[in-house]
Amino acid sequence: MADKKKKEEDAGLPFSPDLLELLAKFQEIELEDFMLEAGDLELWMESGALPAQLLPKTKAAALKAKPLALMATKFLPPIETYSGKIAEVKLGGTKGEGGTRGKSIIIGGETAPAFYTFEKPVLHPPVVTLDVFDMEVPLSKAVKMHVKDVVGDPAAWAKLAVEKFGADMVTVHLISIDPLLKDATPKAAVKTVEEITQAVDVPLVIGGCGDPVKDADVFAEITETFAGERFLISSITRDMDVERCAKFVKKNGHVALSFTPMDLNLARELNRRLYDFLGKEDIIMDLTTAALGYGLDYAFTNMERARLAGLMGDVELAHPMSSGTTNAWAAREAWLKMAPEWEPRELRGPLWEVTTALTLLLAGVDLFMMMHPAAVKTLKDVTAKLVSGKKADTSKFANWVSLKP
Amino acid sequence: MTEREGKKAGIKELSPIDIYKLLPKTNCKECGQENCMAFATKIVNREVSIDQCPPLRKKEHEKAYKQLKEMLKPAVKEVVVGVGEKAVKLGGKLVMYRHEFTYFNPTAIAIDVTDEMSTDEIANRIKRAEQFSYEYIGYTLKLDMIAVRSTSGDAEKFKAAVKKVAETTQLPLILCSLNANVLESGLMAAPKARPLLYAATLDNWKDMAELALMYNCPLVVSAPNDLDTLVSLAKTLLAYGVQDLVLDPGTFLNDGLADTLNNFTMLRRAACKGGEELAGFPLMGVPMVAWMDKGDTAEEIVKWREAYSAAILIVRYADVVVMHGTDGWALLPNTVLRQNIYTDPRKPVAVEPGLKVFGTPDENSPVFFTTNFALTYYTVASDIESSKMNAYLVVVETEGSAVDSGVAGRKLTADKVADAIKASGVESKVKHRKLIIPGKASRISGEIEELSGWKVLVGPRDSSEIPKYIIDKWQP
Ligand code: SF4
Repeated sequence: MADKKKKEEDAGLPFSPDLLELLAKFQEIELEDFMLEAGDLELWMESGALPAQLLPKTKAAALKAKPLALMATKFLPPIETYSGKIAEVKLGGTKGEGGTRGKSIIIGGETAPAFYTFEKPVLHPPVVTLDVFDMEVPLSKAVKMHVKDVVGDPAAWAKLAVEKFGADMVTVHLISIDPLLKDATPKAAVKTVEEITQAVDVPLVIGGCGDPVKDADVFAEITETFAGERFLISSITRDMDVERCAKFVKKNGHVALSFTPMDLNLARELNRRLYDFLGKEDIIMDLTTAALGYGLDYAFTNMERARLAGLMGDVELAHPMSSGTTNAWAAREAWLKMAPEWEPRELRGPLWEVTTALTLLLAGVDLFMMMHPAAVKTLKDVTAKLVSGKKADTSKFANWVSLKP
Repeated sequence: MTEREGKKAGIKELSPIDIYKLLPKTNCKECGQENCMAFATKIVNREVSIDQCPPLRKKEHEKAYKQLKEMLKPAVKEVVVGVGEKAVKLGGKLVMYRHEFTYFNPTAIAIDVTDEMSTDEIANRIKRAEQFSYEYIGYTLKLDMIAVRSTSGDAEKFKAAVKKVAETTQLPLILCSLNANVLESGLMAAPKARPLLYAATLDNWKDMAELALMYNCPLVVSAPNDLDTLVSLAKTLLAYGVQDLVLDPGTFLNDGLADTLNNFTMLRRAACKGGEELAGFPLMGVPMVAWMDKGDTAEEIVKWREAYSAAILIVRYADVVVMHGTDGWALLPNTVLRQNIYTDPRKPVAVEPGLKVFGTPDENSPVFFTTNFALTYYTVASDIESSKMNAYLVVVETEGSAVDSGVAGRKLTADKVADAIKASGVESKVKHRKLIIPGKASRISGEIEELSGWKVLVGPRDSSEIPKYIIDKWQP
């Protein structure tokens, strides 16, 4: 399986046959959800006559002598220098390092904005961690059809994510520890994580339930039990006991995901509190991801600003960025059954996720927490193409004009 | 390069005082503002145009007017394609990064037709482009242009196709042929439509320049992955008298994707940060090249690739893109993305908390709550409005969090909901005590019941289902 995948990637196939199958499967799914009415036709917002002065005054200009030959000039690539460097963070502890992971993954280390490869080559390509839940959660159909056999079995789910969907890492969402849900014990959470560490040997992200007290208790137990595995602890928030969390993360050699709600000042503040206990190389930040159509504009700009600030020397923001790209599915257009002209949602949904991911890729995200296998595959393909920097055959480009699809 | 002297003041460096100094300073209010200073402030924020000050257009202010025009000139020229109501403006960008100001003139999306398609197929594709319409938080998302390509290379066929297209639609056109004779033949079928001409290359630039001048059309300059040639052509065409240019550095989606991204980024940076006038034109991307090496790839996969490539180009500075696929599932994410990227970044994330009233509710009308995250609020509000129901909506202050992230991040708690209900005064407006809560807040339903004293009904997870829910379940 892995070999086959490797070969396809080498051959530059944009989609593996597996993925074709996956996408083709949507036909098998019955469609039954609520129907959204297509919007009424309305006048186009930007209508209105254009002011006359916007029209060009070409006649006057044309009176000058026309050039007879090309006026050759050079384009000067606008290279900038940056005083800052994004921290490099290693995830996953290998056997030699006190862990059991097959290999480590390093992210960050950028010295130029995302994919400005005319300035700097990509040092560490962004990576994808796939979501695995420790209990049944509401999933959209487009996602469910790919994981329905493993829901409720996190270890099997993790294996599927790595072996079939090509995940670089796996995120274990410990939803069941939520006091308002199952209130599972830290011991039970440790057991789930134990099963996953045995099922896959990629670096792991440990996700909590969002309860600041319970999460800290569970993280304490997990970081201790799995000392040396260099997990990413997702996440440390302002309303947690930051000192306690930072200490057990550091003591046991893990990495903290510093999570703040779309506000760079809050992000700086939390990072400063973490610096008392953790090194720069122990912190990744999550500035909050909102879905395409539901706040992606804020997320994009916030992340782009953070990355530029980090490169300009703001060390408090010079951390690799993680994105909960799965949030794309919070947009109703990602999962809702809509009028026929917007169907099938089995394609619209993953495209919603990948559009969210690619937008944030270009803002500088280093680690993507994702859900749909087709979205993951596409993000990895695009990243690989950008990193390889292979040259195009430019002589063929103009053929698009006479192309007969 | 020598054109660097023309470096303009960056957007941040302009102050209202700079503008005010050049205005007539009579405070005549003809512009609709209280005084000249207020007008100057709006100018700096690009909320009004200097053409809205009538006195400024008088002879004695000519110099000041010209000076102001120059000061306010965007780093990327605004190029108008088409005529009349549906004309589109391309470019007009002031800044490279969205947080620096606002991006103006959203990326225009063009759908292609060819001169070898049947008239039915042409009509169908135009219909699909024109009928594409999606209501999104108060905006109507639409497609913008039709690209007519000559695949036949035959002047008469192209003319017939352009004629058919021009008769069928008011949408602005892009006429595509690298053969100037063919292109002119097409232009003769729509001589006054001011289409965008595609494209001037190293081989044909002189003929294309003549056409652009003769028919008063904007012209695309194409130099695949060769920025030296691209700016050389731009320089030459400007000297030739063609002022309205669009730059096409080539779109490569497989090998060459990195170069494509670099070219778009470098051109935009040179224009916005370096004051490089030859780079200061709208940029064109061609995601439909995804169809070029289609081979026996499934059509869905090609459409998928075209769609995500368009997204990359929209984020990285394309001012116009040409697409072949017309499927709603592929175009919808891109039109929403474009709307997102082009909204004013100064727009607040949160709305005012408090009680919102829909229709003419009475003492038996349903009461909902939602968070004050702007997008959550507008989504819920538009769903309630569109169903024309009478209802109260309590907007809870969650520091701008959505429902699910609010619950997870403890920004939306039972305490806050209970307090918001009290503060809203809704208890004196209805006689029942039933609160419909978002499905995504079901985790805190028990606590809300306890703290507010209201009976909690867990509503749908998505507000689009509110109207149905009310019909099926609501009883005061
Ligand atoms: S119209 Fe012009 S002169 Fe009159 S108040 Fe407005 S800005 Fe001042």
